[in-house]
Amino acid sequence: MTKTQSLWNHGVKIGAIGGVSVLTISLIGMVQMFGKRFIVADFLPMGVAIALILTILTAYLAAKKTSIPDKSIQLANSVISGLMTAGVLSMLVIIGRSIKLRTVFVEASPQLYNILTGGIQGAGGIIFLLGVGLLCGVFAGILILLNDLWRKLIVNALATVFVLGLLQELIMPILKAWDLGVTNYIAELFYAMNGLTPMGAILAMIIFSIIYLSWYANREKIKKGYGDLPKETQKKTKYLGLLILAIILIVLPQVLGLFLSEVLTIVGLYVLLGLGLNIVVGYAGLLDLGYVAFFAIGSYVVALLTSPQIFDFGLNFWQALPIAVICGVLAGVILGIPVLKMRGDYLAIATLGFGEIIRILVLSDFLKPWLGGAQGIGSIPNPNFFGFHMVKPQHIYYLLLAGCILVVFISLRLKNSRLGRAWMAMREDEDVAQAMGINLVATKLLAFATGAGFSALSGAIFASKIGSVYPHSFNVFISINVVAIVIIGGMGSLPGVVIGAAVLMGLPELLREFAEYRMFVYGVALVVMMLLRPEGLLPEQRHKMALHDEPETEAKTAA
Amino acid sequence: MFQKWKDRVTLTDIVMWMIGGTLLLMCLWGSVSTIRAGLYTKSHWIDFVIFGLAQGSIYSLIATGYTMVYGVLKMINFAHGEVFMSGPFTGYFLAMAMWRSEFLDKHPIMAIIAIFALAMFISTMVAYLVEKIAYRPLRGAPRLIPLITAIGASFFLQYLFRGLYGSGINAYPDVQILDGFWMILGVRVLKIQVIVIIAAILMMLLLYGFIMLTKVGKAIRAVSEDKEAAALMGINVDAMISTTFIIGGMAAGAAGVLYALMYKQVHFFMGFIPGLKAFTAAVLGGIGNIPGAMLGGVFLGLIESVAPALFLDGLGIIAPYQLKDAIAFWVND
Repeated sequence: MTKTQSLWNHGVKIGAIGGVSVLTISLIGMVQMFGKRFIVADFLPMGVAIALILTILTAYLAAKKTSIPDKSIQLANSVISGLMTAGVLSMLVIIGRSIKLRTVFVEASPQLYNILTGGIQGAGGIIFLLGVGLLCGVFAGILILLNDLWRKLIVNALATVFVLGLLQELIMPILKAWDLGVTNYIAELFYAMNGLTPMGAILAMIIFSIIYLSWYANREKIKKGYGDLPKETQKKTKYLGLLILAIILIVLPQVLGLFLSEVLTIVGLYVLLGLGLNIVVGYAGLLDLGYVAFFAIGSYVVALLTSPQIFDFGLNFWQALPIAVICGVLAGVILGIPVLKMRGDYLAIATLGFGEIIRILVLSDFLKPWLGGAQGIGSIPNPNFFGFHMVKPQHIYYLLLAGCILVVFISLRLKNSRLGRAWMAMREDEDVAQAMGINLVATKLLAFATGAGFSALSGAIFASKIGSVYPHSFNVFISINVVAIVIIGGMGSLPGVVIGAAVLMGLPELLREFAEYRMFVYGVALVVMMLLRPEGLLPEQRHKMALHDEPETEAKTAA
Repeated sequence: MFQKWKDRVTLTDIVMWMIGGTLLLMCLWGSVSTIRAGLYTKSHWIDFVIFGLAQGSIYSLIATGYTMVYGVLKMINFAHGEVFMSGPFTGYFLAMAMWRSEFLDKHPIMAIIAIFALAMFISTMVAYLVEKIAYRPLRGAPRLIPLITAIGASFFLQYLFRGLYGSGINAYPDVQILDGFWMILGVRVLKIQVIVIIAAILMMLLLYGFIMLTKVGKAIRAVSEDKEAAALMGINVDAMISTTFIIGGMAAGAAGVLYALMYKQVHFFMGFIPGLKAFTAAVLGGIGNIPGAMLGGVFLGLIESVAPALFLDGLGIIAPYQLKDAIAFWVND
């Protein structure tokens, strides 16, 4: 008896976890909210797609965790897991249809039950739900049974369809905007008004499979061929790659429309913020949760100096910018001094408090004559570049791009400098670093000051972009967003910050329904990231080694 | 002697003293001018003090959770504010159901006990699950990692409850026996505030007794002294850590209901600010020290209610955030 129990243990347990996860996203309204956005037009809404992915994923895990390497038992486990997930959901439907759950759970509406049961009332709906669960389980089981190549092919092909469907609003307008015969044809072939056409989805999968298979067949040859090239040519290809990247970055806002350029500038602002915090958190290991304070200081300095509303100093953006950055640096030092001796948790809370202090001071009536109180400061002029007014988001984009390149350059140079190494030594162990002769006071203050300066730069650009600043723009969520960017991207890694900002800030702007669940998803992402991949998406080499305790020799050969 | 001093004092110390001295002077100057102006009468001050005590005793209950977790894990449970929120937020629906069926007015004591039981149960479950899912797999990881997980868990919980129960501010139903005033020694005090103070003191006594007198409490103390040694003595460290979270969760849930009864409202973000303040209280009392956290909470509550009137009258500055600086000085010692 106990033997058979342990055989199905994983299927039941992990299936239940999957059930609770899908139940959670249903009850907080994700399935419904994303029900209006289609991956495949009029067939597969995104909310359902997410629920299906979760079900399949847990079923796959259930099969994988099975200790007995018997394929039929693995398959059975994944099927059980799928059924369990569906079972939990059908409980919700049965209970929800008989009792009015809505008094407690605001999102438990009949609409949700209709989505879950495919619109079928009564017992038929439950059978439908269980059937879908069963299919998910079988699908996950088949994935387990296939060999590596086919599994990767199927998963990646489906992921391609998912991403293409998700980015429909991004890709279709671009294709249409070019207004060539070919692009219009492609756009209409792949996309309906609200998602991929079924035809497009199948085509995308086929095209992806062909590319993937041809790459897979030739990957050894390509890698070897590249390795055989002389060092000079390799270097040239690298530079060529950088050049192409630069051209793409410069042309990008011209290709994308107004809305997408706006999204790009938001991403750009967060890249700047992320790069600054990356120095504080990623390099020096000081978790700063009040980072928004410096952003606010940068914004307010520019606002006070350029706007005629309160003082009318009459400076232009370029004169105000260095002052804003210097004020940010000074604020960084001022915050740095009292928290010098704090570590980890204390530092996080003290900086969080600092961020709130700044916001509350700015908001207070006490400082209203100088800072404008809750009404903020308006009519900040746009930056003027040699007589050229930067009005549109496209123009601000170039400003941000220049800022990012500058900051990336400084970060890169700092990383391998004496100071950068001192920061990293401090990150790993303060006491040892001090014993090695590192001046902790100066090193910490420099980290705070540099990070704060970058943040103030971002804030200055933000102020001139928006044209007005309000205390409410500088709440604690900005700090949390930036922390999430740095950590999910990979602490200490510059490409990680860029990717993190693009994913965490760009996607929610594109999927506006997502804004509701932004903090929810960040919370999950932070926890899951720390549990599974604490080094982040694009980890910094040294940090990754530290976290995984790789042997020294391996690291040397890798270098 | 003087030479020794001169060697030990660094520039940062001097800057710290200057900041501290300035703040102290500002406080003194503020209090003197407020008292001289005579804006408030004696009864105002008594109101401030009672309100501060009630508020502070709620902070104390939350702060014990922070302190105990810090004791055993040496980390700050950032999600503790959300543990505090989850209980009364769930209890709200029970309270509303009982209010609609008029059970709340007919059997108020029973109803309040039921709300407490539900809220404490939910908070306890949340605390337990957070520990089990988010913290347990990370034992022995670098310090920054569980801290980030805790922040993630905090936001996850906030927005989970926002998604489940809605984002509005929900008004707790009135409990008639808790309305109105009592005359104590010739002073009119709000009933609810007195009840909150008494309930919080009772719970803290219970909690302290549990930690000091029972075998489990002894084991928890042993774990917070030294995990390895405790394990060698045959104590199940993981179970004790879970127990700590459970006790902290119960205290937070109870504090949450008291908070909800006093302020008569619940919403998904209600745990954030009291959580921060309770953390401050725990630090003021010396983190890891349970009676210290209790005193720290009461102290913070008092300061918070008296200080704005006393020091910063009419400035529109909210006091507790100024106390954030105070943490810095305290921790520096």
